[in-house]
Amino acid sequence: MLEAVSIIKGALPYLLAGSLITAGIVIGAMALGLVLGLSMAVGQVYGGNALKRALGTYVWFFQGVPILVLLFLFYFGVFHYMGLNLSAVAAVTIVLGMTTAAYQANIFRGAILALPQGQFKAASTLGMSDIQTILTIILPQALRLSIPAWSNEFSIVLKDSALAFVLGAPEIMARAKFVASRTYQHLPIYIIAGLIYFILTWAGVRALAKLEKTVRIPGYSNKGM
Amino acid sequence: MTRQNPILRVENITKSFGGEPILKGVNLSLGKGEIKILIGPSGGGKSTFLQCMNCLISPDSGKYWLEEKPVDITSKKVLYHYRQQVGMIFQDFNLFDHLTALDNVTLALRKVKGMDKKAAARRAMTELSQVGLEDKIRLYPAELSGGQKQRVAIARALAMDPKVLLLDEPTSALDPDLTGEVIDVIRNLAKKGMTMVMATHQISLIRTLADEILFMEAGFVVEQGSPKALLVPGTRSQGFCDKLNSLSGEGPE
Ligand SMILES: Nc1ncnc2c1ncn2[C@@H]1O[C@H](COP(=O)(O)OP(=O)(O)OP(=O)(O)O)[C@@H](O)[C@H]1O
Ligand SMILES: [Mg+2]
Repeated sequence: MLEAVSIIKGALPYLLAGSLITAGIVIGAMALGLVLGLSMAVGQVYGGNALKRALGTYVWFFQGVPILVLLFLFYFGVFHYMGLNLSAVAAVTIVLGMTTAAYQANIFRGAILALPQGQFKAASTLGMSDIQTILTIILPQALRLSIPAWSNEFSIVLKDSALAFVLGAPEIMARAKFVASRTYQHLPIYIIAGLIYFILTWAGVRALAKLEKTVRIPGYSNKGM
Repeated sequence: MTRQNPILRVENITKSFGGEPILKGVNLSLGKGEIKILIGPSGGGKSTFLQCMNCLISPDSGKYWLEEKPVDITSKKVLYHYRQQVGMIFQDFNLFDHLTALDNVTLALRKVKGMDKKAAARRAMTELSQVGLEDKIRLYPAELSGGQKQRVAIARALAMDPKVLLLDEPTSALDPDLTGEVIDVIRNLAKKGMTMVMATHQISLIRTLADEILFMEAGFVVEQGSPKALLVPGTRSQGFCDKLNSLSGEGPE
C-alpha cells in the first residue's frame, strides 16, 4: 500500500506533464477545426454548387472513417508520402483538427441556417457586400448560437485525443500506460488518468459556459420558450 | 405636380418562381419627392416587386435607371452602390439582433460609407433622435417594442442618405396601438420630401400620402392614378379600400 502511494506520488508529475501535451493537442485541434469548420460552413451555405459538393465530400469522409484509421492513414501514409516529417504530436493535432473541422462545419452551418434570413436582406439594402454581411452580421450571431454544441465537440475531441498514444505521442494516456505496465499499479494509475481527463473536460466546459453567458445578447431569455 | 426627370425608373420587370410568373412586366417611374403606394390583394406581387426594385430578388428581366443613368445590375459593385441609394423598410423590421439600436445604425455608416466610429455615432444619434429614440440607443432589438424596432430600422435606412425609400407594409406586423408612432414618422418623411414607394393596407396613409396609387393584381398593375381619380365608386381600388374599411371597422368617411 505504502509502496503504491509512493509510486503514484512519483508518477503524478510525469502524468501531469502529459496533460500539458494533451491540452496542446486539443487546443490546436479545436483551433484548426474552428478556422476550417467555419470557412467550410460559409462555403456550404453561400458557395456555388461545385464547392458545396466538394465540402460535402470532405465532411462525409471524415465523419465516416474511424479516427484510429485516419491517424494511421495520415501519419504513416499521406504525411509520409508528402515528405512531411511530422512529430507524433503534430500529426495527431492535424488529424484531429481535420476531423473535428467536419463536425464543426455542421455545427456552424446549422447555426447560420437558423438565423432569421431577413437580416441578410436588410444589410444588402444598406449597400453592404455579401462578405461584409457574413463577417459582421451572420458569423457573430452564428458563433454565439454554436457555443453549446461546440462545447460538446470539445469534450469529444479531448477524449479522442487519448488515441494519440498509438502513434507514441507522450500525452496522458501514453504515459499512464507506460507507468502502469512498469509498476503494475494499473488501477490507481488509470484512475488518476481518468481524473485528469475529467478535470480538463470540466474546466473547458465550464469556461465555455461562462463565455456563452458573457456574450449572450441582452433581451434574449436563457430559459427557452 | 410638375413632371421633372424621374429619380428612379424601372421598366418591364418580370419574375417567375418555379415556372409560375409572379411579375408580368411592371413599370414604375418616380419623380423626386413623389410618393407611390402599392395596394392590391394578397399574393398580387407587391413585395416581390419592391424587392425586385433593389434587386434583393433578381428579376428575370427588367431595366433600371437611377437619375436617368442606366444601372447595370449584373455588376456586384454597381449593385452595392445602387442599393446604398435605395433604402428599404421591411414588414418585420430585420434589425441586426446582436447590435444595439445605435450600432444597428452605425454599422453600414462605417462599413459602407467608411466613416470613423465617432462620426458614425454622431450621425446615428441624429437619425435616432429624429424618430424619437434618443433614450433607447443602448438597447438591443429584443429589448425594444415593435414600433421602436421599426423606428430604428427607419433611422438605419435614412442614415445612408437614400434618394428613394421602399417600404413594404411597414406597420403590418405592429399591434394596433403601436402603428401610430410609425405612421407619424412616415408622415414626417413625406413632409420633408422623401421619395417613397410603399405597399400598405393603411387606409389613412393611402388617402393622404399617395401622389399615385398602383393597384397590383396577379403580377400586373391593373389600375394606376391619383387618389382623387381612383378612389371613386366603381374602381378596383375603391372596392379594395372599402373592404379594408369594413375589416378594420373604420367605416367610410
Ligand atoms: N421565394 C418565393 N418562392 C416562390 N414563390 C414566391 C416567393 N416569393 C413570393 N412568391 C409567390 O409570389 C406571389 C406574390 O407574392 P408577394 O409576396 O409579392 O405578394 P404581396 O402582393 O406582397 O402579398 P401580401 O399582400 O400578402 O404581402 C405569391 O403567390 C407568393 O406565393
Ligand atoms: Mg407582401
